[in-house]
Amino acid sequence: MTARSIRGMAATAMAAVLTAGAAACSTPGGGNGGSADGAKGDKDSLVVGLANEPETLSPLLGYGKDGNSKIFDGLLTRDAAMKLQPALAAELPKITDDGRTYTYKLRTGVKFSDGKPFSAKDVVFTYRTILDEKTNNAAKGELDAIDRVTADGDDTVVFRLKYPYAPFAERTVLPIAPEHAAKGQDVNSGSFNTRPIGTGPYVLTGWSKGEKLSFKANPAYWGGEPKIKKLTMAIIKDDDIRATRLRSGDLDGAILPPNLVKGFKGDKSKRTVTARTTDFRGVTLPTANKVTGDVAVRRALDLAVDREAMVDKLLEGAGKAGYGPVPTDSEWFAKGTERPHDLDKAKKLLDEAGWTPGDQGIREKDGQPAKFTLWFPAGDKLRQEHALAFASDAKKAGIKAEVQSGTWEVIEPRMKNDAVLAGGGNPADPDFDLYNLLHSSLALDGFNNMAAYANPDVDKALEDGRRSGDKGARKAAYDKIQRDLAADPGYVFLTHVDHLYVMNDRWQDLTTQIEPHDHGLGAGPWWNVEDWQPKK
Amino acid sequence: MARMAGRRLLLAVPVLAVVTFGVFAIAAASPFDPAKAYAGSAGLGAGQDVFDQLRENLGADRPFVARWWDWVTSAVTGDLGDSSTLRQPVADVIGERIGWSVLLCAVAFTLAVTVGTTLGVLAARRRGGLLDRVVTSLSYTLEAAPPFWLGLLAIWFFALKLGALPAGGLTDTGSDVATAGQVASHVVLPAVVLAVSQLPWFVLYVRQGVGDALEEDPVRGARARGLRERTVLLHHALRSGLLPVLTLIGSRVPELITGALLVETVFSWPGIAAATVQAATSVDFPLLAALTVLATAAVLVGNLLSDLLYGLADPRVGFDG
Repeated sequence: MTARSIRGMAATAMAAVLTAGAAACSTPGGGNGGSADGAKGDKDSLVVGLANEPETLSPLLGYGKDGNSKIFDGLLTRDAAMKLQPALAAELPKITDDGRTYTYKLRTGVKFSDGKPFSAKDVVFTYRTILDEKTNNAAKGELDAIDRVTADGDDTVVFRLKYPYAPFAERTVLPIAPEHAAKGQDVNSGSFNTRPIGTGPYVLTGWSKGEKLSFKANPAYWGGEPKIKKLTMAIIKDDDIRATRLRSGDLDGAILPPNLVKGFKGDKSKRTVTARTTDFRGVTLPTANKVTGDVAVRRALDLAVDREAMVDKLLEGAGKAGYGPVPTDSEWFAKGTERPHDLDKAKKLLDEAGWTPGDQGIREKDGQPAKFTLWFPAGDKLRQEHALAFASDAKKAGIKAEVQSGTWEVIEPRMKNDAVLAGGGNPADPDFDLYNLLHSSLALDGFNNMAAYANPDVDKALEDGRRSGDKGARKAAYDKIQRDLAADPGYVFLTHVDHLYVMNDRWQDLTTQIEPHDHGLGAGPWWNVEDWQPKK
Repeated sequence: MARMAGRRLLLAVPVLAVVTFGVFAIAAASPFDPAKAYAGSAGLGAGQDVFDQLRENLGADRPFVARWWDWVTSAVTGDLGDSSTLRQPVADVIGERIGWSVLLCAVAFTLAVTVGTTLGVLAARRRGGLLDRVVTSLSYTLEAAPPFWLGLLAIWFFALKLGALPAGGLTDTGSDVATAGQVASHVVLPAVVLAVSQLPWFVLYVRQGVGDALEEDPVRGARARGLRERTVLLHHALRSGLLPVLTLIGSRVPELITGALLVETVFSWPGIAAATVQAATSVDFPLLAALTVLATAAVLVGNLLSDLLYGLADPRVGFDG
């Protein structure tokens, strides 16, 4: 064989590989249908850029559990004011049996996007499958209260709870999967995870993992066909790339950090939408640690931090000072529990408790220097800045927080003794955040109660708050918790972070809801994209 | 020739077994927790009992030797298992993605070989000349540059500064269908970056090989006979100077795969490599093992191919391996 024929062979082989590569595959997720025109100019299409991608699109595995999934509907949904409204249920649930039985009457005539009717058996199937121990749904703990769920005919579903649970209705925004499509396959890996079918306003047309999700309007949607016919959610992790693609017209809107939003201020065709949140950043104060376990140190740190400065400098004003998991503008906030920055009082508290100034301004008590380690998850710039600001404020009071970064694998085993720059927040009900953060029975249970906070009065109030069906009684319980938290802080809450979105100015009356910590597909101005009207 | 291929294939079986065993062992020793990785953001509110349940369902609490054996035995029957991170069967994951990876690698490799050979020959023609000095020093610099860094640089310059090429993805964001035109414009940046990261090796090898050949007796003889410079260069020097490049082609396959791993991640190219990174950081055993087998097989085939090509091009080498 000559060199020339080898060259020929190689060229042929290469050409064959190329054509096979181009012809034999579709995009992952199998995009089909839809036109090839982009975001630019189309009145009835919307392309948004997000930082996070869902792990799955199956509600059975936890997708859309907080509502607003575009493919599915829950029994209930939330309006712009976060009030519960009926969705697949015809009306709000009837609560009987001292808050232990929730009865939902279902909307009739609703069809899944494959044309099959929706009925009570789909609801029962969804909840039972999630609660099944073989189902790998990491959020199933949120449904702990359910004892059993049964269908009463085709149009009524009854939940029996193990204990009276006031915020239960807030959990029933979770999406309903069709029994006929999701049953009979492996719930953890079956095709339903990537090719979901729901009753929602949009139908999934393609999912290229790590790149984007595409949807088209569901013409038979029970709430009316959406005006925006084509919806694309691009997954772009890098903030700068998201901003650039927004500027180039590739995207119609995107979530952006405050410093990048500034760059769009002069652009007349764009508008900035600010969403208030319950997304907090705070430092855990582990009770097992000799320094952070001392109530005097905890109170001193709580007073020594300059929250207003953090809001101005770290968040560029896009946020609020935080004194607890409940933001100051929430109806559940206990007025009067704000603690203004007071370094002198912090020092005085430490002096009185016997923490006397020692080497290099670090206080000591009985030979124990006022020092502890503060972890933040590597790569999270906002948490890093919060951690450094906290450490610098603590230093002024004579307490040294050694800031370190690591992955959660490194941090988790150390949470018992070391502080962590934590984040979280679920706006639907105060019980969701407060119970998990503060109840002593959940101390160091997974990522619940990372500070191992234990306060019998708080435990009692937490129980009262979730069991009582009376809003006044609940408010009193949560007020008490917030006051107790001011007297014995288990965490130093620092800020509540606004979420910022930059949008093309082409639609009317964009609104946002109060957003949770987790900002996936459901949060953002497009929470109700199905109701949008183009600007005239 | 056939005997050599057969022997290599037989040898591949224990190699693959050892490599997958190694992958399971290393993954089991890593600090990553499969249950936490699986839970993702939902895990932040999950309690210990949920994690325990997940760990049991995923089989993560079983010793890795048992998991490896289960995997091997079912893989032999064609069942590659389910990917826990992507929530779909491993066979589906690979089927959807491998074509895009092959396309990217093939374009990049073709580019690297052709451009590398051309530059190498040009540099060898006048060793020590201006072109040679520029090409060689550039090659040494590029040799040290990691592909992901080149990728970020390319995105910054071509996509952000010039706005000439898309920064990532397989198609424009608003478009669902992977048309040839769309894919062609999107493949440019990742393929060029991958090619550039491979380029130095080809340039330097070809330059050395052709340069040496130019000083050998047959070439000097050809020149003495008054043959044209072009003929001397392309028909005499290049042919013997290309021999080492054939070996190089095989041995660059592993580098190409690791390069693609990083480049696909940077450009959100929906290929197999992006899935590999995810599988590794989430201790997704079934997916990781299948992808390792694939990569190992590619390396073995690459080596075999280069040996075969070498044997064909130079009969003195023979096929005894």
